[in-house]
Amino acid sequence: MTPTKPKFPMTRRGFIARSIAALSAGPFVFPSLTHAKTMTTSDTDAVLIAAAPDSRQAEDRSIRPFTARAPKAAVDDLRRRLAATRWPDRETVADGSQGTQLAKVQDLVRYWVTDYDWRKGEAKLNAFPQFMTRIDGLDIHFIHVRSRHANATPLIIAHGWPGSVFEQIKLIGPLTDPTSHGGRAEDAFHIVIPSLPGFGFSAQPTEGGWGLERIGQAFGVLMTRLGYTRYVAQGGDWGAGVVQAMGRQAPAGLLAIHSNLPATIPPEVEALFHGGPAPKLSEKEGATVGGLGAFAKSGGLAYIVTMGARPQAIGYGLTDSPAGLAGWMLQHSGFAQWSYGQNPEQSPTRDDVLDNFTLYWLTNSAASSARIYWENRERDLISATAQKTAEISVPVAITVFPEEVYRVPETWARRAFSNLVYFHEADRGGHFAAWEYPELFAAELRAAFKDIR
Amino acid sequence: MKLKKLQLAGWIAALCAGLFVSAAGQAAEDRSIRPFTVQVPQAALDDLRRRLNATRWPDKETVADASQGAQLAKLQPLVRYWGSGYDWRKVEAKLNALPQFKTNIDGVDIHFLHVRSRHKDALPVIITHGWPGSVIELLKVIEPLTNPTAFGGRAEDAFDVVIPSLPGYGFSGKPASAGWNPERIAQAWGELMTRLGYAHYVAQGGDWGAPVSNAMARQAPLGLAGIHLNLPATVPPEVAAVLGGGPAPAGLTAKEAAVLEALRKYGMTGGSAYYAMMNARPQTVGYGATDSPAGMAAWMLVHPGFKDWSYGADPAQSPTRDDVLDNFTLYWLTNTATSSARLYWENGARGSVILAAPQKTGEISLPVAITAFPEDVYLPPETWSRRAYRNLIYFNEVDRGGHFAAWEQPGLFAAELRAAFKSLRHAH
Repeated sequence: MTPTKPKFPMTRRGFIARSIAALSAGPFVFPSLTHAKTMTTSDTDAVLIAAAPDSRQAEDRSIRPFTARAPKAAVDDLRRRLAATRWPDRETVADGSQGTQLAKVQDLVRYWVTDYDWRKGEAKLNAFPQFMTRIDGLDIHFIHVRSRHANATPLIIAHGWPGSVFEQIKLIGPLTDPTSHGGRAEDAFHIVIPSLPGFGFSAQPTEGGWGLERIGQAFGVLMTRLGYTRYVAQGGDWGAGVVQAMGRQAPAGLLAIHSNLPATIPPEVEALFHGGPAPKLSEKEGATVGGLGAFAKSGGLAYIVTMGARPQAIGYGLTDSPAGLAGWMLQHSGFAQWSYGQNPEQSPTRDDVLDNFTLYWLTNSAASSARIYWENRERDLISATAQKTAEISVPVAITVFPEEVYRVPETWARRAFSNLVYFHEADRGGHFAAWEYPELFAAELRAAFKDIR
Repeated sequence: MKLKKLQLAGWIAALCAGLFVSAAGQAAEDRSIRPFTVQVPQAALDDLRRRLNATRWPDKETVADASQGAQLAKLQPLVRYWGSGYDWRKVEAKLNALPQFKTNIDGVDIHFLHVRSRHKDALPVIITHGWPGSVIELLKVIEPLTNPTAFGGRAEDAFDVVIPSLPGYGFSGKPASAGWNPERIAQAWGELMTRLGYAHYVAQGGDWGAPVSNAMARQAPLGLAGIHLNLPATVPPEVAAVLGGGPAPAGLTAKEAAVLEALRKYGMTGGSAYYAMMNARPQTVGYGATDSPAGMAAWMLVHPGFKDWSYGADPAQSPTRDDVLDNFTLYWLTNTATSSARLYWENGARGSVILAAPQKTGEISLPVAITAFPEDVYLPPETWSRRAYRNLIYFNEVDRGGHFAAWEQPGLFAAELRAAFKSLRHAH
């Protein structure tokens, strides 16, 4: 099954070490499989893993155009595995309390096999300019779309888990071309959407240490390399941790950050969650604590604990079973209101979600992406203390989406961020707010950064 | 005829509820004990091999040890062997050389081994495995227990051995509805021993077998003379309260303080994550483990009982590579990765099985015996054990063995049961 002259694959550093000189411009050329070092026993797998990059070489700072193109063999292999899925028996409850329900996953997998088309998802990505550049030893993939409005504000958006750049592509139009989306030209953005290290098309770190700090630094380097001397940063989920790290690092050029999962749990509430005494809380704060407590009590944190403790242990099954991968990711609270495609009005659609899962699958990043939990296992993402928000001096903007598990009270936000310039509770949206309501999300960013420009 | 009417009503109700009526449900009134033979179709073994050989691997862990989970370089050769040289038929033959049966209890078909000693007055013992174990874990203790004189023991110390598969595990049926917690399992085990005609018996358990045996002791079914545990629920409440942090209670002995430290370290280094995961979302973790044998093995190898396992590199070690693969293959062939995980969910908010209060050890008046194996996740101090179990008739700390004590040190394990139950041999 060796392709003779395939082009534009979506493999990563598998051939970068050998091909850097030849690839200062132009798309990747897929080397023959006989030269590739593959970790799988399957010929059809698209993912190639190279030897660790040689850090003694002067780092190549070139920005290379990138096009996603999975080999047909990899797409066929995925389908074959999905069609051969071996299923457990049904859960013994009538709801999702034991986890992703069998009937729902089976339906989704059936669709994934028969009707879903990865090439459409690929095309969605390839409709935008994509690039690779090497930062701190890793190839970082990113989408980069410039607005036609010359004075647009550059904006970098960081995704989380189990998300990807697919989550943010619906924002590109509204953000770069606001006048076509009910906005003003003055509110335009140039947009940069990277894939986190270990996720999507970005390379997978071979060593520990790629925590939020290092990712934040890499993204600061990215914006500078792109020639941006003034920019803003946005993030939710792990992306929030990344932009907060950038806020602490305050790289030259960073004007402000926006977060939709800000680290705002105050110390006395954190202590309460660890068995300490109940602090005095307002009604709103009490409701938030109650919500978080209920979530924890119902097992909502288990996947976080598991990936934080043993990312490799859980990774094997997710790498070898696409149904396993989907079943695992669908437990995320961000999917709690997802209709599995039953509601045609809902975003993300079934295809959107499968684009996202298929990206994890084809890039073999289930285990590498889980490691972000490991890297940050001792630093609670929503704890103000753990995320050292007191060290952030850049202006901070926050939007709270109502269906998010953690409903941030403004009192806590003001305590965590001394320079909070924007705080707004939206009227709809959840964890994957950008994916669910892109127009609303874009409007939030316009409002949040209006006075920063 | 009345039976048929009841059954009909049951079927209609079940169909209305959209439930599939299994053969086990129809046989709910059937108390027969049916001989059982393991006969795995060759197609299932071929499918397993195909999947193993087509395993798609992640990149390597970013640490130099097993702290992120089973290491790639250790798991790959294990899976390679599993997909080539390993032979399921060997353990199938071992199992089929032993008397195996099925009987329907409380709506679930229970599989069990039942080996009677040739010595008269042998003491019947029901031994319960845990997760990720199975009856296979206990095969090596059958002979030492039923045939003690061949193992340096005395005929007076012989046992009849009953080894069931937990509901949702091995060849036992999978409960279709919630509620099969250790209490219910214990009740089923009491019924099983009665059904086997035993009027005087003891129970033994480690891992999930411990809460099950605890529950039996609390229920005190007719005939149960006492229990032996190797993962006893002995952590006192004031210590349980600070396992996650906070000042240690005053007055701990050096040994108790050391055990508290060890438990805290275990928690802080992610040791109980697998427990929390299955306790919360057994179905979610089950999908990958059901569709990928390598994924299933990796998940099971996360159990701290395997922390010192050499993956077969040490030929003197038990369990051997084949032993462990026998056990994993049993889970695979019976498609019980998910159903077995549900026991954690069923245990609910009771939390860790080593805590005395949630296991209501204070309600146990029957004799309790404990053996502490040094490499297990929890080394119970005798002081805590005496507090938890007011009728502690035996406590011994041995010098070797870990979580899978019966698997690792079958001779020692059998000797412990002989010593532990010596005083309970005759009905009072």
